[in-house]
Formats: sequence, C-alpha cells, structure tokens
Amino acid sequence: MLGPVDLSRLPSFSETRRAVGARAALPLDRRSFVRLALGTGAGLVIGGLIESVPAGAEAAAASNAYDGVFTPFVRISPDNVVTVLIKHQDMGQGVTTGLSTLVADELDADWAQVVPEFSPANVALYKNFAFGVQGTGGSTAISNSFEQYRKAGAAARSMIVQAAAKRWGVAADSIKVSKGVVTSGAHSATFGDLAQEAAAVPVPADPTLKTPDQFTYIGKSFPRLDSKAKTTGARLYTQDVQLPGMLVATLARPARFGGVVKSVDDTAARAVKGVVDVVTTSRGVAVLATSTYPAIRARELLKITWDDAKADMRGTDALVAEYQKLADTPGVVAKAGDAEAALAKADRVIEASYVFPYLAHAPMEPMNCVAQFKDGRATLWTASQLQTVDQAVTAAIFGIKPEDVTINTLWAGGSFGRRGTYDADYIAETAEIVKVTGRGEPIKLVWTREDDIKGGYYRPVYVHKVRVGLDKDGAILGWHHRIVGQSIVSGTMFESALVKDGVDGTSVEGVSDTPYAIPNMHVELHSTTVGVRPLWWRSVGHTHTAYVMETMIDEVAAAGGKDPVEFRLALLAKHPRHTSVLKLAAEKAGWGTPAPEGVFRGVAVHESFKSFVAEVAEVRLVDGKPKVERVVAAVDCGLAVNADNIRSQVEGGVGFGLGAVLHGKVTLKDGVVEQGNFDSYEVLRINEMPRVEVHIVPSAEAPTGIGEPGVPPVGPAVANAISAGTGQRVRVLPFDVGLKLG
Amino acid sequence: MTTFQINGRDVTVSVEDDTPLLWVVRDELGLVGSKFGCGVAQCGACTMHLDGQPVRACVTPVSDVAGRKVTTIEGISGSVADAVRDAWVKLDVVQCGYCQSGQVMSAVALLAESPAPSDADIDTAMSGNICRCNTYQRIRTAIHDAATTLKG
Ligand code: FES
Ligand code: FES
Repeated sequence: MLGPVDLSRLPSFSETRRAVGARAALPLDRRSFVRLALGTGAGLVIGGLIESVPAGAEAAAASNAYDGVFTPFVRISPDNVVTVLIKHQDMGQGVTTGLSTLVADELDADWAQVVPEFSPANVALYKNFAFGVQGTGGSTAISNSFEQYRKAGAAARSMIVQAAAKRWGVAADSIKVSKGVVTSGAHSATFGDLAQEAAAVPVPADPTLKTPDQFTYIGKSFPRLDSKAKTTGARLYTQDVQLPGMLVATLARPARFGGVVKSVDDTAARAVKGVVDVVTTSRGVAVLATSTYPAIRARELLKITWDDAKADMRGTDALVAEYQKLADTPGVVAKAGDAEAALAKADRVIEASYVFPYLAHAPMEPMNCVAQFKDGRATLWTASQLQTVDQAVTAAIFGIKPEDVTINTLWAGGSFGRRGTYDADYIAETAEIVKVTGRGEPIKLVWTREDDIKGGYYRPVYVHKVRVGLDKDGAILGWHHRIVGQSIVSGTMFESALVKDGVDGTSVEGVSDTPYAIPNMHVELHSTTVGVRPLWWRSVGHTHTAYVMETMIDEVAAAGGKDPVEFRLALLAKHPRHTSVLKLAAEKAGWGTPAPEGVFRGVAVHESFKSFVAEVAEVRLVDGKPKVERVVAAVDCGLAVNADNIRSQVEGGVGFGLGAVLHGKVTLKDGVVEQGNFDSYEVLRINEMPRVEVHIVPSAEAPTGIGEPGVPPVGPAVANAISAGTGQRVRVLPFDVGLKLG
Repeated sequence: MTTFQINGRDVTVSVEDDTPLLWVVRDELGLVGSKFGCGVAQCGACTMHLDGQPVRACVTPVSDVAGRKVTTIEGISGSVADAVRDAWVKLDVVQCGYCQSGQVMSAVALLAESPAPSDADIDTAMSGNICRCNTYQRIRTAIHDAATTLKG
C-alpha cells in the first residue's frame, strides 16, 4: 500500500487539466529544456537506442559545447542525426516510431536520420495532455501528442530555413527542404551543416503545419525503428541493466493481500553464496545478492511468519457469491431510465447474469526497477509509464523533492496497463529496499513470473446482471443493468477525475454510454472493497462491458429472429462511425454468405478510446471445442498515422483478448492466489492464434487510440459464433470454465 | 567450475553446478540478449541452442553443458539466422520485443531442421514460445518468408 506516500504532492488530475487547457502557454522554450538537460546531466538523457544504459547518478559536467537542442522534442547534431525525444513509454505499441514520424514529416527529415530517445521525467515539458501528468495509457499517446510533435518538427524546420536564408543571403521562401537536405538555387546543406546556426534562431511559437495532402510520412505504412535491435538481442530492458557494484534483490511478499511480516528466520537464506543482505521492509522481506540466481534461490529459503490479521481471507468463489447477491439489490445509479415500468409491460424478458474473473497482465518482462540514492538524489532505471507518479512516490520515500528524482526511462517488455500504477508499486518497493539498506550502490529489484501472477493489480472480478424487455416483435422496450465490482481508481490520484457521483466511469464505460438506441435504459453500479488491488488492464472497463453488451444485443437479435448485423445497424442509425466499421467488417468477412462447413460466425462492434472497431470471428467447433480460425476486423481510429502499426496493434489486441476469454483467470482460495506461472495462468500461444485481417476506414479525423480498441470486440464476437453453432450463451468467463462441451 | 563453449569461445565459470545456464550467461558472461520470462520452461524467452538444438536455458543446469557448445541470440549466425532476421524486420514482427530473442532462436532451429514447414509444423515448433504482445500471425508469416528466401 501507499504507506508514506503523500499523493497530495501530486497535481490533481482535474486541476492540471485546467492548467494545460491553455495550450498555447506550453512553451516550445528551449532554454528551460537546456537547464533541465544540464541540471540532470546531459549524459543522463537516456540513450536506449545506442543500447547502453546511462551510468551512475553523477551528473555530466555542464559545458558550453553545442547541445543540439531545438525544442524539448528535437535535437539535431552536427553529424546530421535528428533525435526525437519521446515523452511516452514504448511497451511495444510503437509510439517511438509514431511520434518520430510526426516530427520527421513536419521537419522534412530523411527517415534514416531519425533516432528516438526517451525524454527525461519532467511534467512541465512532457505531460500527457489527457492526464495532466507525464504518463502513457488509455491509448492516448498519439492523440495527445499529434499536434505537439508536429509543431516541434515544424518549429525546427522553420529555424533551419531561417538559418539557411541568413547564411546564404537568400529569401526564406526560396528555400526548399526535402529528406533532410536544404536547398536554394545552387546552395545546398544538410540539417547537420546548419544545426548550430539554426539552434540559435528563436523558437517560433506557432509554426505553420502541413495540410494532410502535404504529408510525406504520416498516413503511410513504413517500418518500425526498433525491429532490428529487437531481433539481435541488442535491445536493453530494465532486466538487463548491469551497473558497477549493483546488487540484485528479490522480495518475499505476503501470500494474502494485506498480510504483514511478523517474524523472519533468514539463516538459510544468508548462507547462500552470493547473498549479501536480508532486510525487512514495510512490504516484505528482501534478499540482496551479487547476482540474480542467488537472490531468487535464497528467497525460497526464508522462513517467514506472516501476520494475516488485516489480510483479506476471502476466496473468489465467496466473492462472486457476494457479488451475485449484491446484483439483486439497488446500486448507485449510473444512468437513469424507467426500465422497471418498461419491463413490466414487456412481452418477454431476457435475463442474464455474467461473471468475469481476475486477470493478470503478465507482460513478457516481469516487473523490475533499478534504484540508487546518492548525495541526496535518487536515480531510477525502469520502464516508467507514469513518470510523474513514479517520481513523486520515490521522492516521498527518500524525503526529497520530485525534481531530485531522475528517471531513466527504458524500453518496456510489455505492460498492458501493468506498469502504469497509481502507487508506483514495484518502484516504491525498490526505493524502500534502497532506503532500508542505506546502501549507495544501485539495487535492481526483480520479480519472478510467480511474483507477477500472484502480485495483484488485476483486472477486477465483475458480475453483471441484465434484464431486457422485448415486445412481441422482438423490439427492445427497456434494459435494466447492474454491475458489481471493484473501482479501479477509487482512492487514487485519478479518483477525482474519473469518479462522478459515486460512479467510477471505468466500471460502466461501454454500458452507460452505449450508442445503441435502447429506450428506458437503467444502469446501476456497486463498487466493492476487496484486499486485492485492482488495475486497468488493456482496454479497462471495456474488457467486460463490451462482452456483456455485445452478447446481449446478439441474444436479443436472435430472440426476435433478426440478423445480428442488420439488428445492430438498425439500432446504430445515428452513429455513422460504428455503422461504417460494422458494415466493412461484415462485407470483408462475407457475412451473409455461407461459412465453410463446420464454421460459425459471430460479430461484435464497440467503441473505446474514441476509436471504433468491429470484428467478425469464424469459429470451428471440433467436438464442441471452439477453434477460432479467422477474425476480420474493421477499424476507424481517425487519421491513420501508420497503417501497418495499426494492423499490428489490432492483430495483437485480438490475440490478447482471445487468450483472456479462452483461458485467463486468477482465482483465490482463502485469500491466496492459486495460479503461479504460465502453466496455471494460461495465455494464448501460436497454435490458437487465428488469421487476423485488419481493414482501416479512411479518415481525416484527428487520430485516436489503437493500443487497446482491438481487444474488446473479440470476446463477444467469438462467444456469438459459439452461440450460433451450439445455442449456448457463455456467461461465465473464461470459456475454459463457462463453456460446457458436447 | 564448468567449462563450455559459448558463441565459439571457451569459457570457464565458477558457480554452483545447479545454477541455470540462463543466469550464468546473463549475469556471469554479461550476454543479456536471452531473456527471463518464466524460469520454468513455459515461455521460451530464454531459448538458446545447445549443440544446435533449442533448449530452455532457465531449466538447464550449467553442469549439463560442460564441454558442449552453447549459442545465444548474440552468436547465432549463418544463412538461416540471416533469413529469419531479415523476414522479422521486413514484416515488422516485433512489438515490445522481449520474447523475440527466443522466437528467433526457435525459428532458426525449426528452419534448420525443416526447411519448408507447414503451419502445423510451425505451431508445434513455436508453441513453447509465448508472445504476450501476440505477434504470432507475423511470426508465422515471417517463418514462411524466411523459408522462401532460403529455398532461394
Ligand atoms: S524463461 Fe525459460 S522458458 Fe521461460
Ligand atoms: S513482442 Fe512483446 S512479448 Fe512478444
């Protein structure tokens, strides 16, 4: 838990949002950046791409040498390298390539000269406009940066043009820039040639941006900047950080959420060769060793007695039973409608209750962080996803100011929401170990896979109870919907922004704001309290709400003998973007034509993170067991900055969502998690991966999210196909539990 | 003390005999391209070649490799490895990349054994390698692509 951390140190979400409302005030002011870069040591601006890790907390000496800084987002060196500073975390979603594209296009750079680099943690310069703090999530990385990064590129271009005009004594409008080469008549120079003079030109506040027809890179498919390093083993992640004198730590945590250490016998652990220390922190017992294996091995030898007096002892069965009872009682109203009266008049009422399990994110790289405290300053090397939170939490632990925490953001081996914790959990664990040991060496805390699967921060358990009243023709008269589950944001810095009138928006998103023309819709929410920490999991509330809405709509369509696509289109008449993706997916999948022998189709359409995705799943039933063979997706995420990356994100999203509905579950017995590794927490493997086709609706709208929106529709599309083939409506997830075979 | 060959070089390490090869290679030899994903032979992130055969280094005690040849992602080379890497880059297979060292090592082993694998062969050979970013579709395509290149 948060313990010593005072989150009031953090700017509240809504306040900062107001403050950044005046976007013009956000300076492309390079002097403040120079101070920042020198203040934290220019050498500490992380060089992920050169595959070395900034060493030590020692700040590089300030020098008067040319620093190459054009704006907080662009540096150009005399050797003609354009460095784009990436304020977001890249956990595989390709944002480094995406943001580099925006700069390269407006700058008219050559793609080969562009190198991304993660920016320092600095909320004033690098905040996410959607959050008010520096951080990545909610599929906002491109949308909140779209104009900012283009402006940065355009500003740098304008500075280069002015420098060239001055050097050559020609009019600025005689100058052409193409692929990193600046020309005017017989004059020609590279960016690198002009860099020093150009960097001295004042940064234009409002540079002219291109119109879409002038784009050279945006809107095209072009290769990721990180493919090569990720196929040679050269890419470094936090797990790979090795610093002089560094110790490796593991932490024994309580088996039950809320348990604390009562006593520990560390004799056997200390006897393991390589172990240098064992310490107790507020979170558990840490073993420190000179390398990883002794730290893992020695932890198994600790004899710890836990105090479970404050621990949550409930199992998931008991929890679900409680939730189901709650679902029969009135909750807080999230959307008011006279559903009861409408249901009383209905010809027929369809009633359904759904159960969703806890889900672990299980990113491929387990959590880890390197921290050092020296001379009153803290340094972190980690795949920070909410830099401002991580800085504040670390500062509070050491009793220093957030600006005295340097974060070297590293590439993340996946996240799916896991690294964006409101309490910086694994970073705080590391900082606390550093503090308790009082050591000046860097300490790397590593999590094992078991730590990850058992560690909480799950997509919470939810129960939905839905009653839909139909008239004799199958038209909807009223819809009553109750949701029961933990609030993800309650008690966190995100609460004030996301909880309104007692309703956590992330618990009901996708239901209470449904686009379907449903009369008399009434939605209620019970937010429960459980010791298990909840967290956003790729697509957040939509992970369960899309499933319920899209399987219920399908059931209603079937009850009225209507075609699932036609029925949806009729209820979406006022929503052209839903309609167009639905039609496109149906057409490309051959909806309405016979499916191959033994194959059944199901469809779903859902909006999340301002993007619209429809998916048609083709499922073969082999002895009653579903094999998903093909998924056809249609996507509208506004202007497609990089079409191939959009396809890649949707392909991955389909696999991620499919693995969860087929197999994903974390269960607790007497408060203890029953799963531990990939043998018990099953995820999708290649043999279950369907063919995925992704079709993109052309759009000139501002770009919206794509990391998450591919996930929500796949579960219900597959469930609807199974239902088409078997008549069975699967309402207890995952299918491993809820689907009755044969 | 265990002596073995890694990427063509002889090395001697003095660690406990039961120390998994993965940690020896990463922590003692400083080759960190092979990743830790599960520690129990469930995910394939740590895949290395032992005398040319793919093994899960996280469960291979270092004593088992005495006198043998270990190849890691840093050392794998030759026409098959080149074809695999080229296909991976051409098709932009990677997302977070953390699993990809292991995917490449398993794919190279598959193609060395079976130059024209079917989808079913790929499923069998590659289902021990988890990718949480679910890049499986591109992995499958890239293996076929590399096979075509190798056929020349
Ligand atoms: S780390 Fe070896 S198989 Fe997962
Ligand atoms: S690319 Fe991220 S786990 Fe495979």
